[in-house]
Amino acid sequence: MFSGLMLNAWESASIVAVVAGVVGFFIVLRGAAFAAHALPNGAFAGAAGASLIGVDAIAGLAVFSVLGALTIAALGRRARHDVATALVIVVMLGLGSLFLSMTTEYAPEIYSLLFGEILGVSSSELIPIAVIGVICIAAVFIVYRPLMFSSVMPDVAEARGVSSGLMEVIFLVIVALTTTMAVPVVGALLIFSLLISPAAAARSFTDRPFTAMGLSVLIALGTVWSAIALAYLSNLPIGFFVGSIGAGTYAAGRGWVAWRRNRRASPRLGAAGGSPAQALST
Amino acid sequence: MTAFLSPIFEPGFFSNLPVQTALLVGGVVAVVSGIVGTFTVMRGQSFAGHSLADIGTAGGSASFLLGISPLFGFVAMNLMAAGVMEWIGIRRPRGRDLATGIVLGAALGLAALFLYLDATVSSTTGATVNVLFGSIFTLPSSLVPVIVIFSVVAAGIVLAMYRPLILSSVSADLAKAQGVPVRLVGIGYLVALAVAVSLSAMTIGAILSTALLIGPAATALRITNRPGRAAVIAAAIGVAATWLGVLLAYDSYYWFPSRGGWPVSFFVVTLIFLIYVGSQLRFRRRPRAERSSTATQAA
Amino acid sequence: MQGRAAAGSDEILAVDGVSVTLSGREILRDVTFHINAGEFTGLIGSNGAGKTTLMRVILGLITPSTGTVRVETGSKRQPLIGYVPQRITLDPDMPLRARDLVGLGIDGQRFGLPWPSAARRKQVDDMLEAVDAMRFAESRVGNLSGGEQQRILIAHALISHPRLLLLDEPLANLDIGSEQEVVDLLAKIAREQRIAVLISTHDMNPLLPVMDRIVYIANGKIATGTTAEVVSSESLTKLYGVHVDVIHVHDRILVVAGRREEALQHGGNESIVELV
Repeated sequence: MFSGLMLNAWESASIVAVVAGVVGFFIVLRGAAFAAHALPNGAFAGAAGASLIGVDAIAGLAVFSVLGALTIAALGRRARHDVATALVIVVMLGLGSLFLSMTTEYAPEIYSLLFGEILGVSSSELIPIAVIGVICIAAVFIVYRPLMFSSVMPDVAEARGVSSGLMEVIFLVIVALTTTMAVPVVGALLIFSLLISPAAAARSFTDRPFTAMGLSVLIALGTVWSAIALAYLSNLPIGFFVGSIGAGTYAAGRGWVAWRRNRRASPRLGAAGGSPAQALST
Repeated sequence: MTAFLSPIFEPGFFSNLPVQTALLVGGVVAVVSGIVGTFTVMRGQSFAGHSLADIGTAGGSASFLLGISPLFGFVAMNLMAAGVMEWIGIRRPRGRDLATGIVLGAALGLAALFLYLDATVSSTTGATVNVLFGSIFTLPSSLVPVIVIFSVVAAGIVLAMYRPLILSSVSADLAKAQGVPVRLVGIGYLVALAVAVSLSAMTIGAILSTALLIGPAATALRITNRPGRAAVIAAAIGVAATWLGVLLAYDSYYWFPSRGGWPVSFFVVTLIFLIYVGSQLRFRRRPRAERSSTATQAA
Repeated sequence: MQGRAAAGSDEILAVDGVSVTLSGREILRDVTFHINAGEFTGLIGSNGAGKTTLMRVILGLITPSTGTVRVETGSKRQPLIGYVPQRITLDPDMPLRARDLVGLGIDGQRFGLPWPSAARRKQVDDMLEAVDAMRFAESRVGNLSGGEQQRILIAHALISHPRLLLLDEPLANLDIGSEQEVVDLLAKIAREQRIAVLISTHDMNPLLPVMDRIVYIANGKIATGTTAEVVSSESLTKLYGVHVDVIHVHDRILVVAGRREEALQHGGNESIVELV
């Protein structure tokens, strides 16, 4: 399982998991689950188009997902966000299906583009993936404070000079780049699961931002490592395991929250009288 | 007259059986998607609508293994997923997109599994393509009555709940205070959505059924102020785009690169998108920041 | 539990001994008050005191852990409590005109396809006239200003001829001019149509001229009676459990709490705190 070919899989998946854990934290914070699903789908079109022209797939991925990000940001200003996102997805996919019909792609290639392929990452692709990964993480840390501010309190942030429009664009582009590096490894459809499940689960266990991010990364790593191992041992697709384990960790998080709430809710009489400050705060 | 029309309608268009099936089925499905989609956009549940299409692929792919028609696989899977979403709590805005996403992730994982098994165990070739991109030209005509019945059911549910659905979409509290069974209405709507999405996923594919659901509805909501009219306009746009898409796909057989024509889904989606963008430009609205009530200004 | 109030009386609403516990916290304790037809009642309390919870109990949306709520249902099985909730975020994309929302007040809960009728349209028009909302009747509800939306919601609540009208913090987002207009409108409706109005707010001053009765809520308990009876230093001191001064400035009332020693004793760190 740890032989030469598989080594690429372990390394690339780990990089993807770390980035996904960090970026996913913001996706969950901003409620951008839909966009997180949309951009990889768009990326799929890019990969298909790239192979049509004979260009490197990663370049196609990058171009299309960034294009998608910018379009969503632009359309989102004039129309509802969710409608804009939905339409961008479908147009991208429509183009993707067109490109596919024009190429001589056959089923297994499409399949691995959508659902991932453990052995699909060659050593030469490892470097670009790592580089993009580093760029993504660096970007997140550079814009960390304004992004947090704008995500949690957009109006106040705007008043202090943090343009929410700009933050949205920056954020979506970061997600687009994350998608680019992750699609070859876990596939367009399942990168989404890796982006939201670990972060959503982490949020159930802690309230503190950095802790949540760290926990999200750990859970993401755990998810991909188990998924690779299981996929290798059972010969079943890696995407299946990523999706199921993701749902499992989320369920675990929810269960934890519910259990804790049940323990705390013992009937108690409210404080009678009390200070005026207390009266104000109930 | 015929000489004028022939470049548009390539030979044999109207007499071709698959084409006739495609037009009929496509038309019916477009109408249902338009009606259900209007409420979907109104309720801000576009993500759920899109997710159900992808989730359905798990069911659709499983059906190849079970030897049943993909339509039933789609519908069954979607009904289950709608139930789970409702249970997790799809009604709270922020939390629900997350819940939808998790269900989607799990279902996609399942889809991965089933498609893989399709190819290896039951050697169903092209399952991926079929399920994801639709098979409007290859639908067996025996399926047509089933599709029509499902469409009527889905549209019927929504139309029967018309007023309570609108009211509870505007404000759940208001609806509850008036005696509307909000939870029931929500579930009924999700069922209609699940069925409608399954139908369009069959025809233009799981990935692209969202276009038929959201696009015409969003366009209609730009044009008119009234829900009833919006539903009608959405249905009309959907039908137009679908029929035109079928026509173009058929014609494209003769275009470059002639390898069996361009996919229907591509045409339909592009048309819907163009119509939507066109309506954005034509029905100009002041951007959000500037919007203030003209009435108070005039007062 | 909801049930019918005593027949033949003027009483519209009877709340008796209601207590509510949510998520382990006691929100309301032993709340008792009665409202008669046509009375204008103010439900006064600071934010978080439990006003919305009490309203939801009356509407039947929350079941109290103890106590009963009895509402005079009259002879029809129609929804007879008109409800104007605190805030509805209305998307400008929601394809609903103001007049459509008002119309839904008549039959929004009925299944089946609606059939347009001239009678219904007239009923909606009359209601829009009554709340002075004709000029924006055709606009999308999401495009209305706070005050306009308020009128539409009031029209929606009233069009089904309720005998009791509940409004949850209707004045919160309005400017002073609109505040006064809404209060005057509601008082007029209460008088002319003998509708009991219960309106919750954290600032009682706009309501002082028109209130018949006040239900003052603090720490989950209430004090009820006329304004003079309830809003007095002794009465509120008893309710809050700390020293409270009621100060009259011109025709406004200010309620302030706390002498420094007492405030510190109870854990507060403000010497003077304005309550409402």
